[in-house]
Amino acid sequence: MTSSRLVAPELATIEVHGLTREAFLLRATLAAGATYGAMSATPYITRALAQEGGGDVDILNFALTLELLEADFYTNGLKQVKGLSGDEKKLATELRDNENEHVDALTATIEKLGGKPANKPTFDFGGAFASRAAFLKTANVLEDTGVSAYNGAAPAIESGEVLGAAGSIVQIEARHAALVRLARGKEPAPLAFDKTSEMAEVLKAVMPFIKA
Amino acid sequence: MTDTALRELADDPSSRKRFFKMIGGAGAVSAFGVVLAACGDDDKKDSGSSSSGSTDTGGDAKADNASDLKIVNYALTLEYLENEFYKQVLESGMVKDAKVGELAKSIQENEQEHVDALTATAKKLGGTPAAKPKTKFEGVISKGPKVILETAADVENLGAAAYLGQAGLIKSKEVLAAALAIHTVEARHAAALNMLVGRGFQANKGQGSVPDGAFAKPMDMDAVLKAVAPFIAS
Repeated sequence: MTSSRLVAPELATIEVHGLTREAFLLRATLAAGATYGAMSATPYITRALAQEGGGDVDILNFALTLELLEADFYTNGLKQVKGLSGDEKKLATELRDNENEHVDALTATIEKLGGKPANKPTFDFGGAFASRAAFLKTANVLEDTGVSAYNGAAPAIESGEVLGAAGSIVQIEARHAALVRLARGKEPAPLAFDKTSEMAEVLKAVMPFIKA
Repeated sequence: MTDTALRELADDPSSRKRFFKMIGGAGAVSAFGVVLAACGDDDKKDSGSSSSGSTDTGGDAKADNASDLKIVNYALTLEYLENEFYKQVLESGMVKDAKVGELAKSIQENEQEHVDALTATAKKLGGTPAAKPKTKFEGVISKGPKVILETAADVENLGAAAYLGQAGLIKSKEVLAAALAIHTVEARHAAALNMLVGRGFQANKGQGSVPDGAFAKPMDMDAVLKAVAPFIAS
């Protein structure tokens, strides 16, 4: 729970295999040379390929942290936000339950891969629980960010099983995003191709909510 | 973007390592073969071979290309169907509700972009894009707005399941990234339409805005093509 535990000394000795991943992506790109750089969706793809990291466990832990954030957000929002309609409470409850299942599944997957599941950070949602509108707006940001984060990281996933699991989860994040947008009177699918976010963009969106 | 801490994180691998340590990650992985119980309903042999296939960057480039082309043309056929359905619905004047009409128009425009992108992708893969199928939606459209929207909701759920069913089989990372970016848009359409037609989160089998609960179920190509067969005239 505390940051001293998060920076446990044994983690410092673990190598993140970033170079291996980069080399792999480079080979994949060259192998697919004919298609690279020429499709309509190219801006999304080149950014997805710009991702690098330390294997599937790191990607899964990144996803786990986002799911912990979402689960905590709905859990506390349901307790604290005043003025939600019956339908909005039902929606937040469904979303909370889904996110908790994602947390459990990602935790189990990381453990099966021999990794250490990320600890739950301490979150601070600022004024997001002050009103119905603020709550739904923040939910909108979190869900859209979740979609772009999974879509951005997925092409770098090595295991077919992990990719399948990530795809199965990201579809739910997209459904959540649409439902929250609908509740806000916004277009559920504003883009024909969902945004693909680099890790830095995802961090920018969620860091304000992570206290420690 | 002016946030220097984040920029450092983006540019500097050692910063990124620190971030992963901060969130408690950074594990060295050597174990494979994780089976996500929640996701295990539809595990075909293919998903196993695709996991080894994703690390195979040499060798069967030609076979991989042909396999991706088949998937792209399958997706293109589904997008043609969706696009044509919304076009005919909008032309029919059956949808009077302005807000619903607006949503149908915006979804149709998404589908058109998907058709264009997949057509271009098929060509870049060196193939011939699938021809636009002859459709038969008249029966559905003549039944009025309720049936029209329910059919749209069903077709979008099918579309989302179809993309999810192919994700593990796509060889090219570029094609995969494109498919994923489309997959979640189909999911958004599906959720919104199912909610609008009053199905809530889960209705009958495969229906609803979040029909499978926390983990979306994939569908394979044969099952999807069988489900859309009634809408294809030739």
